[in-house]
Amino acid sequence: MLALWIVLAVVLVALVALGLRTGVRRGRRARSRGPSSPGASRPATLPIASSPAPTEAPVPPADAAAASGPGPVVLRDGMDRTRGALSGYLRAMRSRGSVDDRTWQELEEALLRADVGVATTTALLDGLRARLRSGELRGAQAVVDALREELERSLVAADGSELHFAQGATNVWLFVGVNGVGKTTTIGKMARSQMAMGRSVLLAAGDTFRAAAGEQLDTWGERVGAEVVRGRPGGDPSAVVFDAVQRASARGNDLVLADTAGRLHTKVNLIEELKKIRRVAERPPGKVTEVLLVLDATTGQNGLNQARQFLDAVGVTGVVLTKLDGTAKGGIVVAIERELGLPVKLVGVGEGPEDLIPFSPAEFVGALFD
Amino acid sequence: MFDALSGRLEGILGRLRSRGRLSEADVDQALGEIRTALLEADVEVGVARSLVDGIRARLVGEELSRSLSPGQQVVKAVDRELVRVLGGEALRITYAPAPPTVVLLAGLQGSGKTTTSAKLARWFRHQGRNPMLVGADLQRPAAVEQLRILGEEAGVPVFSEATDPVTVSRTAVAEARRRGRDVLVVDTAGRLTIDQALMEQVRQISSAVSPHYTFLVIDSMTGQDAVSTARAFHEALSLDGVILTKLDSDARGGAALSVKEVVGRPIAFASTGERLGDFDLFHPDRMASRILGMGDMLSLIEQAERQFDRQVAEEGAARLLQGQFTLEDFLAQLQQVKKLGSLGGVLSLLPGLPKELKGAGDLFDDRQVGQVEAIIRSMTPAERADPEVVDGSRRQRIARGSGTTVPAVNSLLRQFREARAVMQSSGMFSGLFGGGRGRGGAGTDPVASLAEMLGSAGPSGDDLGTLRGDLSPLESSPVPGLLGGGDLEGLAGRALPPEVEGPKGPRAAKSKKKGGRVTPKANRPGRRG
Repeated sequence: MLALWIVLAVVLVALVALGLRTGVRRGRRARSRGPSSPGASRPATLPIASSPAPTEAPVPPADAAAASGPGPVVLRDGMDRTRGALSGYLRAMRSRGSVDDRTWQELEEALLRADVGVATTTALLDGLRARLRSGELRGAQAVVDALREELERSLVAADGSELHFAQGATNVWLFVGVNGVGKTTTIGKMARSQMAMGRSVLLAAGDTFRAAAGEQLDTWGERVGAEVVRGRPGGDPSAVVFDAVQRASARGNDLVLADTAGRLHTKVNLIEELKKIRRVAERPPGKVTEVLLVLDATTGQNGLNQARQFLDAVGVTGVVLTKLDGTAKGGIVVAIERELGLPVKLVGVGEGPEDLIPFSPAEFVGALFD
Repeated sequence: MFDALSGRLEGILGRLRSRGRLSEADVDQALGEIRTALLEADVEVGVARSLVDGIRARLVGEELSRSLSPGQQVVKAVDRELVRVLGGEALRITYAPAPPTVVLLAGLQGSGKTTTSAKLARWFRHQGRNPMLVGADLQRPAAVEQLRILGEEAGVPVFSEATDPVTVSRTAVAEARRRGRDVLVVDTAGRLTIDQALMEQVRQISSAVSPHYTFLVIDSMTGQDAVSTARAFHEALSLDGVILTKLDSDARGGAALSVKEVVGRPIAFASTGERLGDFDLFHPDRMASRILGMGDMLSLIEQAERQFDRQVAEEGAARLLQGQFTLEDFLAQLQQVKKLGSLGGVLSLLPGLPKELKGAGDLFDDRQVGQVEAIIRSMTPAERADPEVVDGSRRQRIARGSGTTVPAVNSLLRQFREARAVMQSSGMFSGLFGGGRGRGGAGTDPVASLAEMLGSAGPSGDDLGTLRGDLSPLESSPVPGLLGGGDLEGLAGRALPPEVEGPKGPRAAKSKKKGGRVTPKANRPGRRG
């Protein structure tokens, strides 16, 4: 009896709450049918951009402990393990020379293991099959080379992978993503490289939810010598971003790096909160010139959903692929680029403050194959 | 969670179910699609292969049963195989005779170790233990600070000091003895990569505290890499199990399937939300039915029994039966439901809910429920007893008082009326409370009625019903009505064991005392054929 009632009670509550939601939505829509639709237009960014190259800035003492690991790494080192996975297949395949069923199976498996995903893998391989049939490609080596080219081509961003920066404005770069992908750390690294380029950076601790997220950003602020604007724990993150933009504008900072709390892309209310943060950041003098989706390279097929939802909600402009040294995978970015046209702009390849480097398709793909 | 995977499987299996006879080509095609579904769910390539092979073996093997249609047999084979790969029963924690019982958490960065530590400590506290948290992550800025805040929230003391992780852990054990703490949960630092330094540090901590349990924390959104991570940690630390985090995402949970298969260690716990309470033991058998889209009533009932006020619940049910259910009663029930956790999470546990409503689960959050509450609380007792008296000016007052809008108030009133009407008229009550088996057509299926009411066609009660009737762990589902009445009737005659009849509340309670374990597979129709 209790059990029965639980079901009923839950369904009852759900129904009423759901009705309320749709009802309220209807109401809201009716009201907002005014001349101005906020957040409808993306800002026209001035792509006066440059790549945030790793800098020669001296490491402050605070870093000594954290940076005690391996020094700056190049992408390929980080991708050692994938190389193992993929190149094993490829070597065996090449040595056989001819292309048979097993070749296709192995290629498929190799791509799947790199998290490229079933749909993308099938599309890629079908294309190669057709080219092989038409006689354009001959032999296993040619197929592998063509695959490599194809992957590379699909990763080259249409409008370049540079970070947009409007000279003379208070730029806001918003960092979004699910929990635990490394947003705060990425901001810390980003602050360093941008400051080294001569930009005046202010950090906005927009993660008011996770315990001690503000402290974590504070630590980074101290390390790189950037001011951090914080709010009260559990406070409104939009208010923090607003304050940060005001402060930046008053003090002449030209770049606000805004942290946000990690949120699953499936939580509608949290995504709404994020939209609000973006709207608020967009208010003059603020100008949102980048919305960067931070993506953990170990992410599987779910990464595509993440990218899609965040793109829809806040107009993501690019992807930062973190922890690439950890897994040497990240094949999901191929699907993200192909399906959503979202370029990878930066990759995090290590724990050191210098380990955030521009994304290079050739190197990324090369590391998969060699 | 697992929604996409279950959606895919439901689709594939639903099509098969309607066939009277399956050709080899049919089976091959279905298996191919199942493989794709598994891979899209991030099941590791090798594990996906072994799963598909296992299903095929069951299909051609001796398990064919005459009482089931070929399609149903495929469904059964998939279910069995999922349960096999996920591993049978939930882990049972045993405590060290000489406290403290030490639990070590390890994992990569960002998998959620710190939050999980706090959740696990809270879980131990709710088991009647005296846990203590140990902050041995001295690496990440503010990690210990985060643990302290979470520990406070969980009501669990946190021990840490600015020495080194190994010393902290060792001191913590002595400290736990001194303070009479009998469970120690040690949070360790993560790394970006499985490297020697990380493994060495964790290994040293491990040998310093000789943990009784070592758990690896894995993000459920992890792709193919989950398996190699688990394997590496297992080699270094000899894991006892895995804790899966962020299961409330739309990740399809392939990691859960793969890790057990590859390292041979079960998923011990799963974390399903941001709140500290959104954490519990992982029940592999229940997860299989969840993956197949059959809900998980058993978990829901266990949770409810812990947290529902029985009297309030019974009064509410009685009043609804008598047709006297008011907004006041509704408010009382709402308080109860709130205790179960996020509404979306609760909904996802219900079997046979139409996708529309299940998907709507993601739309809910506590704020919406809070709004409902605010609106009702802004009404006078008279208005709550009889919503009909609420006229235009009262509406405005209520909207102002609750900080909402008149349309919101309207919609709540309308929705309440309609929901109440459906609940009363659906005939489900007579079925449930009269001890029947949910006889009758789709009309008695409350879910179908609800779906209708929501204006969505929903899946045809018939189709899903058969799947459910065939497969759902009947013992674990105390609501025959929710199983799709029509088909149950057909199956009941030959398949339902006698003890399944009648209301199952007490039964569920009994099985809980036995440790929450039931054997949902034993009494399935297939066995009897």
